[in-house]
Amino acid sequence: MITDRFEVPSRLKTTGIVLLLIGVAALVGGFAGLLSGNEYEQARFWTVLLQNSVFFLFISSASIFIQAAAGLAQGGWIVAYRRVPEAIGANVWVFGLVALVVLFSIVFGIGEHNPVYHWVHPHGDKVLEGKATFLNKGMFAGFSIVTIGLWSWFGIKFRAMSLAEDIAPRNSTKIYWKMVAMSGAFLFVYALTMMSTTPWFWIMSIDAHWYSTLFSWYVFASSFVSGMALILLWTVYLKNRGNLEFVNKEHMHDLGKFMFAFSIFWTYLWFAQFMLIWYANIPEETTYFKIRMQGPYAFFFWANLILNFVLPILILMTRPSKRNYFTVVFMAMTIIFGHWIDFYVMTMPGPLQQHWHLNWYELGIACGFIGLMILVVSRTLAKTGLVLVNNPFLKETLIHVS
Amino acid sequence: MAVKKFAVACYDDEAVLFPAVDKVRNSGYKLHDVYTPFPVHGLDVALGQKETDLHIAGFCYGITGTATALGFMSWIFTKDWSINYGGKPFFALPAFIPITFELTVMFAAVGMVLTYCYLNQIMPGVKKHVFHPRQSDDLFVIVMEITDPASEGEIVDFLKTTGAVETDVQIAEEGWWYGWWHKEEAYQNQKQLA
Repeated sequence: MITDRFEVPSRLKTTGIVLLLIGVAALVGGFAGLLSGNEYEQARFWTVLLQNSVFFLFISSASIFIQAAAGLAQGGWIVAYRRVPEAIGANVWVFGLVALVVLFSIVFGIGEHNPVYHWVHPHGDKVLEGKATFLNKGMFAGFSIVTIGLWSWFGIKFRAMSLAEDIAPRNSTKIYWKMVAMSGAFLFVYALTMMSTTPWFWIMSIDAHWYSTLFSWYVFASSFVSGMALILLWTVYLKNRGNLEFVNKEHMHDLGKFMFAFSIFWTYLWFAQFMLIWYANIPEETTYFKIRMQGPYAFFFWANLILNFVLPILILMTRPSKRNYFTVVFMAMTIIFGHWIDFYVMTMPGPLQQHWHLNWYELGIACGFIGLMILVVSRTLAKTGLVLVNNPFLKETLIHVS
Repeated sequence: MAVKKFAVACYDDEAVLFPAVDKVRNSGYKLHDVYTPFPVHGLDVALGQKETDLHIAGFCYGITGTATALGFMSWIFTKDWSINYGGKPFFALPAFIPITFELTVMFAAVGMVLTYCYLNQIMPGVKKHVFHPRQSDDLFVIVMEITDPASEGEIVDFLKTTGAVETDVQIAEEGWWYGWWHKEEAYQNQKQLA
């Protein structure tokens, strides 16, 4: 029996708690803005919470997606560190709960004049009234609850099945095939939520007059590539602690390839959305890019493209750079930060117009979510052994060559 | 290309082939190549082959494609034949990107296919000596070059000890050639003379 246990070091725990406290302090500080009566300060309070809670929920749900995709494709490469996506996936409910509280506060908690979601009260706006059969409070609440509920359930279930497999009789593949079936079911659910409805409701409806048919794909690409970067960071962290001794450069190379390939995939979708709107030049569509590209958000617009396309394609292109722990960790952090900026550019311009900020409140809330991520995921990781001792692909993952 | 003398050994099992490759590499005799009916995993590592620079060639072809497309379109639309399309600027970079992308892919793909063919000496209409007809059927074939005529018997005996089911000595053209009749004839004559 192979055992490999991770114990949460006190330093990591302290870091997590400090970051979480910074987040709480920023939230308390943000209340001052909420109570100040300034319209834009109120919008800022809610939009930052929305951006961060949705971003961290999406990147953690990507862990369930990669488990399901690799599970269905019988991918052996992920098994060496599959406990990491399992631990992140099993904590999707935490971020789901936070996101649900934030989303419901915005939709139901704020009065008549909603600074974030204008569609809540159309006030005679013909476009919004036309969309009201789909874009209304009831549908929003229903879709949000179903989405977060299903993701949380699948995340916990995937980890539970994997743990049950550890103590199952040797050479029994019963649980393995159950996992394959559940992977298929999850991909179906994920296609109907993350890849279509969820980003419409939570993000695209901020600019309720505007729509883009591939918006959800683009958001999915954004969250998936950051999700892979997140898995890589945790894996390298565990490796540095002396755990996961089977994980070697071959496995890093795989994660590096995912970050490289999906950065380009993200760019492809981002550009496909941008170019068609730029070329068609229809006023109701170009307003979305007018404020982002030529208005007050121009800096973030271009920074987004440099961080998420230029840097990954140049730095991660060669094989040695994907097999170097320093480069992949550096790029993983860049990608997560870059896509956080991407979500910033998606959410802020609608409610805040030119009154944007990027200082203590925005960064503080992000720190809080990072702290929460560190605390819950490390706690889950420490609960069980890190090797999937009974997985049929264990040998394949040990001798894996990328 | 040169006509040389080769010792040929056939194996009927991967489990025999890998130790044989190890022994051959350590023997000091010159290994020409190993022919297998299917891609054998790990054989490249066992043979100590380095990774090719094909991908670097691919990158160069790709960059050439990017430069060609961007340069050509920019020249046409800004200098040679400027046309106002729906109020867009003459240098309409976003509109050039899809074509640039396609040409990058095409240059890289075509260039790499040709380079790959050149490196492996395969091309429509060219011929290469086949050491054993069953090398594309069910036998693994190790081919040694006999550099010193005196060591011929020694090499064949050595190959037999590595578990070869069949051994042979052949004089053959080392590289590839166009399959023209006079070359073919000269080659056959040389083979008969030997």
